[in-house]
Amino acid sequence: MNSSEVMTHLPDLVNQDTALVRRGRWLSNVFLVEAGTTQFLVQVDKGRLLNVEHGPFVMPSWSFAIRASESVWQRFWQPLPAPGDNDIFALRKTGEMSVEGNLQPFMANLIYIKQVLAMPRALMER
Amino acid sequence: MSALLEATIGRYLSLDLDGRKHRLYFEEAGQGIPLVCLHTAGSDTRQYRALLNDPAVTSDFRVIAFDMPWHGKSSPPIGWHEEEYRLTTETYTTMIMRFVESLELEQPVVMGCSIGGRVVLNLARTHGSALRAVIGLQSSGHVDPYYDTTWLHHSDVHGGEVSAGYVYGLIAPQSPDPDRWETLWHYMQSGPGVFKGDLHFYMVDGDIRDQLRDIDTNDCPVFLLTGEYDYSCSPEHTRDAASRIEGAQVTIMEQLGHFPMSENPDQFRRYLLPVLDEIRQFS
Repeated sequence: MNSSEVMTHLPDLVNQDTALVRRGRWLSNVFLVEAGTTQFLVQVDKGRLLNVEHGPFVMPSWSFAIRASESVWQRFWQPLPAPGDNDIFALRKTGEMSVEGNLQPFMANLIYIKQVLAMPRALMER
Repeated sequence: MSALLEATIGRYLSLDLDGRKHRLYFEEAGQGIPLVCLHTAGSDTRQYRALLNDPAVTSDFRVIAFDMPWHGKSSPPIGWHEEEYRLTTETYTTMIMRFVESLELEQPVVMGCSIGGRVVLNLARTHGSALRAVIGLQSSGHVDPYYDTTWLHHSDVHGGEVSAGYVYGLIAPQSPDPDRWETLWHYMQSGPGVFKGDLHFYMVDGDIRDQLRDIDTNDCPVFLLTGEYDYSCSPEHTRDAASRIEGAQVTIMEQLGHFPMSENPDQFRRYLLPVLDEIRQFS
């Protein structure tokens, strides 16, 4: 399942998890996920994902961006990721993933965002 | 119906450190060889609860764990509100040895995790003859800064939540959910700036790579246990430290991360008990 298919399913995966939505209840914004040359704008409203818009975008507006190659996201989304692939900060440490932009909402909702981005692991098990 | 009391006892110890009065909280259980346990940065003694309750350990070891000043039930010293907390190699090393001397612990084993795994190497170097052995969990000689610690103490971000968020991925995916979330809870309860202040030792002041060759493992055996999922103090960091210490024993622990004793105690004891057996045999 490539990143486009994964990101299509992301709103349902997140929104059906009431504890996760509650954890993110203070986050309402748009952030960018980039997998190689493919971009996605994730719109969050009080912890619920309203929409994932698939790029390309002409002039995208977002608060923070998380970027990695397609193959890195595939490793990250493995149901049981290998050591070093299990966390976005682990991949940031190796330089395979980057986080940029306004980091205040990212840091203030760090566990929520880490969990949202890892939700596709459940999808990969199916 | 009788109360289900654990064997662990908690007490306070008055101690002067750096010319200031401190009141250190510690817990202990068991009898025999003293085993002093050091918690990770931004956490406290509760990380060792499973060990304190493990009869396979407490039958021959007196397990003692203390909350460092500023952590857990050990309050910061008077005047804390007018300073920035920063842990240094000197302060950390002195604190542990003062604790050991105050309780008159004879030839203790000292086991520490993360910052504790670092400082036990320094203890082996500077106080090796006073120690029976050291056990370093997630040990390193140095870790380069790999994230911006400013956010750990910032008015725009909840310090407890972000501290837990930082360490969230350091726990192995296989670790049981109850233990994972309790480990994170300890981080959420840390005082403002305390985790950040501990990292000053971990990432800045505590670079002891070049001093590790001074350790004499005949004097003080060194056992290093590192979880494979730890990307902060990774297996490579531990192997690098071990390559500088002649006679150090290294084991990489499967299905464990940065907090072996609290994130998955059952998995951890599979690796720890053989080490304790070896220490018991040469004691």
